[in-house]
Amino acid sequence: MVKPIWIARDQSACSGCRRCELACSMHHEGWMWPEASRVRVFMPFPGLEVAHLCAQCQDYPCVASCPVQALSTDASTGAVLVDREKCTSCGACIRACPGTVPFLHPGDNKATICDLCGGEPKCVEVCTEAGYNALTLTSEGPNVHKKLYSRNPVEVARDLAIKFFGEKGEEVVE
Amino acid sequence: MTPGGYAGKWLEVDLSKDRIEKVTYSDKDLEQYFGGRGLAAKVLWDMVGGKWADLDPLSPESPLMVFTGPMTGIYPGSRICVSGKSPISMGTVGSTAATEFANEMRQAGYDGVTFVGKADKPVFLLITDDGVEIRDAGHLWGLDGEKTLIKLNKEVTEELTRRRPGVGLWKEPGMVYIGPAGEAMVRNAAVMAKICHAAGYGGYGSLMGSKNLKAVVAKGRGGTPKVDAPEATKLLWKKTHQLLIRDTQFRRHGTGYAGYEVGAKTSSEPIRNWQEEWHDEVSYAGPRFEDRFWVKKRWADFNCTTNCMKVSCIKSGRWKGDITDMPDYELQAYCGTNFGLFDPAANIHLSALADQLGHSGINGPNTAAFAVELHQRGVLKDSDFGFKPKWGDPDTFDRILRMMAKREKIGDVLAEGTYRAALKIAEMRGRKPEELLRYAVHVKGIEIGAHGTRSDADYTHDISYAANVQGGDHTSTSTDGYSDMSGAVFADSGVFCDFCTGVPKALIFDFAKAVTGFPITVESWQRVTGPRIVTLQRAFILMGGPDLKWTPVKDDDNPPRFYEPLPSGPYKGRVTDRKLVDRKLRAYNETLGWDERGVPTKETLKRLDLGFLEKSMAKLR
Repeated sequence: MVKPIWIARDQSACSGCRRCELACSMHHEGWMWPEASRVRVFMPFPGLEVAHLCAQCQDYPCVASCPVQALSTDASTGAVLVDREKCTSCGACIRACPGTVPFLHPGDNKATICDLCGGEPKCVEVCTEAGYNALTLTSEGPNVHKKLYSRNPVEVARDLAIKFFGEKGEEVVE
Repeated sequence: MTPGGYAGKWLEVDLSKDRIEKVTYSDKDLEQYFGGRGLAAKVLWDMVGGKWADLDPLSPESPLMVFTGPMTGIYPGSRICVSGKSPISMGTVGSTAATEFANEMRQAGYDGVTFVGKADKPVFLLITDDGVEIRDAGHLWGLDGEKTLIKLNKEVTEELTRRRPGVGLWKEPGMVYIGPAGEAMVRNAAVMAKICHAAGYGGYGSLMGSKNLKAVVAKGRGGTPKVDAPEATKLLWKKTHQLLIRDTQFRRHGTGYAGYEVGAKTSSEPIRNWQEEWHDEVSYAGPRFEDRFWVKKRWADFNCTTNCMKVSCIKSGRWKGDITDMPDYELQAYCGTNFGLFDPAANIHLSALADQLGHSGINGPNTAAFAVELHQRGVLKDSDFGFKPKWGDPDTFDRILRMMAKREKIGDVLAEGTYRAALKIAEMRGRKPEELLRYAVHVKGIEIGAHGTRSDADYTHDISYAANVQGGDHTSTSTDGYSDMSGAVFADSGVFCDFCTGVPKALIFDFAKAVTGFPITVESWQRVTGPRIVTLQRAFILMGGPDLKWTPVKDDDNPPRFYEPLPSGPYKGRVTDRKLVDRKLRAYNETLGWDERGVPTKETLKRLDLGFLEKSMAKLR
């Protein structure tokens, strides 16, 4: 039985190396494919790198929104699972997500969402290996308001901009 | 079938004729020249050939290459390589910068772009999965780097979202662009990326400007190109990163502590246009930068765990809001000590200003300091500047960098780069060129990186610059043998970062073999492929033209200043050893199979499969 896990994120600590994208896509796609990675690092302005990935909201609005029941949750990890046979690429899950995290895969055009690698997320492995710890694994899931972490990455970047650059930060992300 | 590691398609864009074509290069060319610096040189030869000396690099006919290599995005530390006939050296430089643009272009299915012609109004090139388009850039012309990037990010992301709203959020595109200095064809201007990264050496920003080309933007959703041996490549990727991650000191500091240390420890840091190379100014110590200004201590580009970059921001005072990377050692020196400045805030301001104007932070500021020394020597007057320039005064250099980018007053002459400015000012003032060239710190037109040779205590020595086919470029220095030179040529041709090569050489070449499937080894690169590329570059710089020609041996030398005794510090009195320079230059030419004047011999051209150069080289022998 895998313990419930959660990927905690410290956006200020992201170096922008995008090894998470490479590790994720090598695991899920067999090769380096950043745009198919379940974690994508946005950079609306240099220095403001934001790791964008599913936060496993307690109420799973994406799962609820799917008209064909293609989405379900993994009972042990809490991850959202996509049944690619059932998915009709309608985009309802993308619109339902508070952070617009899911996307349609650049290859098969199906909804694509982090599956927590069955309990051993590859993105976390490479991020912690490099000592960045922008993505770390926790088991505190139930105590965190996870849904609050599902945010539009450009909004996150606007916050980071103020934190890093002060007043100037107000100008750098249009 | 395309060899591994290549998307397999390149673009040829004729900006005069609004024509975009997809082209391929033969497997033989790819194996023999790899990518980036090497392949660009071969493509240039195929386009220009024996007419090289007649080609004005800033004319519409002059090609500009923006190339990746087979290692780009796959080997750690991905970069883009810009090349063409250098408006500053009249040879070629494989000028690289770190940017996600390189991967975006490959993910859209292209390994590179060659531009020819000149657009009749400002444009940018947009490369996406849907195709390649020449777009109007009238609204971007004149904007500084930051504003260019902010506007293009928004505009292109919004357009991609409009085109395909249903796929979810679009990540921003990647781009390279020029600032006002490139637009004004400042000869040593940079091609910029990510507000503070630059392909500086070579002056390709002016080549972009001459074509009315403001930016090249790419967004691709495809994967990284397939490789010959994917499982081996994945293992090698993991291994290489594990080794790079252990390089803790470099990861912590980058080169951001060297602004103090290179001066204090090795006496090889330029001060007041290289009048001195030693200082012990603790005001300039690493922690003074780190503790006050580094807002992000580990900043990396795509697929890099070396993360030598750190983001700096000034949050109070007159330069509030200035952002740059670190600055790294080169800019701590060239936008700091070489201006006689030892103040971290002023250094960050002037580095950020150079970035935003699109100057190459080494080369443009080298010229600015040269001008202030000419004022010190009484050659230039207050009236040339419109004010009284002073060493150690940030406003002096703020104004000169802006004057160069606008080509105002003496800035118009300085915009020709240090070497040509020396010749022009000599003419203006009725002086002999040698009188002013003794203050010009360049080799073959390319202003020298911030590592002197007089103390002989740094990594640069006697012929590091003197023999370099890329002149003063400190990232591609020569020794008397094959190995060091070929290493830089490999990184610039595979197109990945030199700062990600701190692993066993055999590992890097195993990586290259796994990616491409070419029978490539350390040996084959050092004995054949590396020398082939360097020999081709040597041929180009020897042919030179049209406004200048370098004289073999005489111009294969250090600037006069490197033979003046160091005036201060623990290495006081030391000069670069001229006899050693002469001996090592001969040894270098011999090793490369060039004659005693450095002209490649017929036998060497044959051995390296460069027979096409024979006719041009025969004229020079």
